[in-house]
Amino acid sequence: MILNIFYHIGRFVNLFRLMFSKPEKLSMYWKEVARQMNDIGVGSVLIVSMIALFIGAVAAMQFAYQLGNTFVPLYYTGYVVRDMTIIELAPTITCLVLAGKVGSNIAAEIGGMRQKEQIDALEIMGVNTASYLIAPKLIAALIVVPMLVAISAFISIFGGFLAVVPTGMITEADYVLGLRSFFVPYNVFMMFVKAFVFAFMLSAIPAYQGYFVKGGSIELGKASTNAVVLSDVAILLSDYIIALILT
Amino acid sequence: MIRAIDIKKSFDDVEVLKGITTTFEKGKTNLIIGLSGAGKTVFLKLLVSLMKPTEGEIWYDDTNITKLNKRQLIDLRKDIGMLFQGSALFDSLTVEENIRFPLDMFTKKSKKEKQYRVDEMIDVVNLKGSNAKYPGEISGGMQKRVGIARSIVLNPKYLFCDEPNSGLDPKTSMVIDDLIHRITKENQITTVINTHDMNSVMEIGEKINLLHMGKLAWVGNKDEVLENENELLQNFIFASPFLQRLRKRALGK
Amino acid sequence: MIISFFYHLGRFVNLLRLMISKPENTKMYWKETMRQMNDIGIGSLIIVFLIALFIGAVSAVQIAYQLGDQIVPMYYTGYIVRDMTIIEMAPTLTCLVLAGKVGSNIAAELGGMRQKEQIDALEIMGVNTAAYLVFPKIIASLFIVPMLVAIAAVVAIFGGYLAVVPTGMITEPEYVLGLRAFFVPYTVTIMFVKSFVFGFILTSIPAYQGFYVGGGSLELGQANMNAVVFSNVGILFFDFIITLMMT
Repeated sequence: MILNIFYHIGRFVNLFRLMFSKPEKLSMYWKEVARQMNDIGVGSVLIVSMIALFIGAVAAMQFAYQLGNTFVPLYYTGYVVRDMTIIELAPTITCLVLAGKVGSNIAAEIGGMRQKEQIDALEIMGVNTASYLIAPKLIAALIVVPMLVAISAFISIFGGFLAVVPTGMITEADYVLGLRSFFVPYNVFMMFVKAFVFAFMLSAIPAYQGYFVKGGSIELGKASTNAVVLSDVAILLSDYIIALILT
Repeated sequence: MIRAIDIKKSFDDVEVLKGITTTFEKGKTNLIIGLSGAGKTVFLKLLVSLMKPTEGEIWYDDTNITKLNKRQLIDLRKDIGMLFQGSALFDSLTVEENIRFPLDMFTKKSKKEKQYRVDEMIDVVNLKGSNAKYPGEISGGMQKRVGIARSIVLNPKYLFCDEPNSGLDPKTSMVIDDLIHRITKENQITTVINTHDMNSVMEIGEKINLLHMGKLAWVGNKDEVLENENELLQNFIFASPFLQRLRKRALGK
Repeated sequence: MIISFFYHLGRFVNLLRLMISKPENTKMYWKETMRQMNDIGIGSLIIVFLIALFIGAVSAVQIAYQLGDQIVPMYYTGYIVRDMTIIEMAPTLTCLVLAGKVGSNIAAELGGMRQKEQIDALEIMGVNTAAYLVFPKIIASLFIVPMLVAIAAVVAIFGGYLAVVPTGMITEPEYVLGLRAFFVPYTVTIMFVKSFVFGFILTSIPAYQGFYVGGGSLELGQANMNAVVFSNVGILFFDFIITLMMT
């Protein structure tokens, strides 16, 4: 098993070494990056907004409920919701869901191309497939995912507002007071670092899984599942490491 | 015996079958042949009630299956065996477990009785020694044979085969055809085979139904194929100029 | 879009209705349920363990960091980690990851069976396919997922300990004092209700996606992705609903 891990890590690193090479034709790459940004970014805005709304609402309600029987003032709800969503929930949960959507998509797309011999066809033409197929997805994810996370953070805070203010659990003034107290801009920096790293995980790992897939549709399904699960684990592992380093 | 009476089937506004009336006889290998897109697969699915016809009736001996409710249909299906194009074996079960599956699910036999029946079936399809292998580990022809064994393990009265020869070499095809033919004779089953393999037509075509554009274009048996001058039939069976020359020579022209 | 939503909802409910019927052979159903429990439960133990460890560690590190410049005493770290993991993190994050693993597995398995005509083969034999293929999975998951979540909660609290005590951020007595403070057993009820509902979602939605898949490998990939994404959204949506009803 240990040997297996090192085998995969080695092949993974090698794949990315191959990726860094002078592109054959820059305009082709640029077009592909733009298409991927559209697929990954615009294609996920709706789902990211929806989950962000729920995340914020849940966080706010649960904090209001928990603070209810301690001596901490209620306006802390706004403060805790803000910090929790910015530092932790928005980047992590958004990226876990994106791993399910974008990640499994990437694995299925590249894996399907491998199985239908389209990757071989590109190789024969002399295209550097590692960079042509993977680099645009990676770059697009690195640009778009932090934006999605930022949107998610905003909407979560708004979702928290919707959940506790109209229902009368907290007054609007209290919630806003909480949102505006103890603000540390450094947290936003942390959010972007996380989003950036997670974006890499959720595009690179599925690309690797798809690129080296073998056999038939069962293997493709397995690669797709592995892509999602391994991205999830990698996201949570790096979440911990980033928290450790940056706090 | 299975009778199809004026079967019509439409998907949205496209009429795929335009009124087919025919019978499939007991103890014979009945063939449905035709070009790709002629409606063979849809017809077969209607016959086994995986779909319902838009119009028309299908009779299994004295039962009109288009009028059955779900429960009655499930009871009827105990009498049906079917061999699928890709064999449709369960990947997670071994050869033996695949064949035993219907026995496990629908009978109250003891373990010993079931094992006896499974061994018997493995003998019939000539697969001794492969009992513990998984479908992924055996060839396409062997998978077909396991599929046949599974479809007849409960002694069905009606057997359906969807393209039994697709993806097999001519030699293996003949083994499968012979096997189906023998089982049909020995157990007096009503067998319906959907095929576009001309070797099957000439070897086991005891009753041949040629479909063309959703209609029945010709009915007959293998002995009539050579002589008959129906243009659609000849274009289908003797598709290449080479085969046409052979036919002419056989007829002494 | 609205019509399509109701179409799928209707077909989903219908599938669940078809599922409830007298089994042809109780022993076969029992065997299948046991097999699923093993696949879903034992097969996910390591991954649940891993992510729970990270989740707990992240929560603890970040809370200790945030409490650092507050009037709230440090021992609150243990208290917040405990409540956050029990109520929110353990059920939600575990089930999001399980949706990626178990869910996409189920969609791929059933979808593959549909495409290779294995479902038709069962149907022709006279098996109630909806019942035989879907019901054991849902039952197994309703049993197993709450257990996995309970394990995740315990491991997460331990992970929090490992992250802050040996590193000297908080002393052991402080963390333990926090763990033992303000404990409300009702939070454990919330956790189990959540994991029960999530367990249902993360098997039934993928089963639906796989059971009705059409055509080729592209559709299978699509169904696989939809299975994960819709389960994720379903989980977060019901997280919100349950919080609303139970707090």
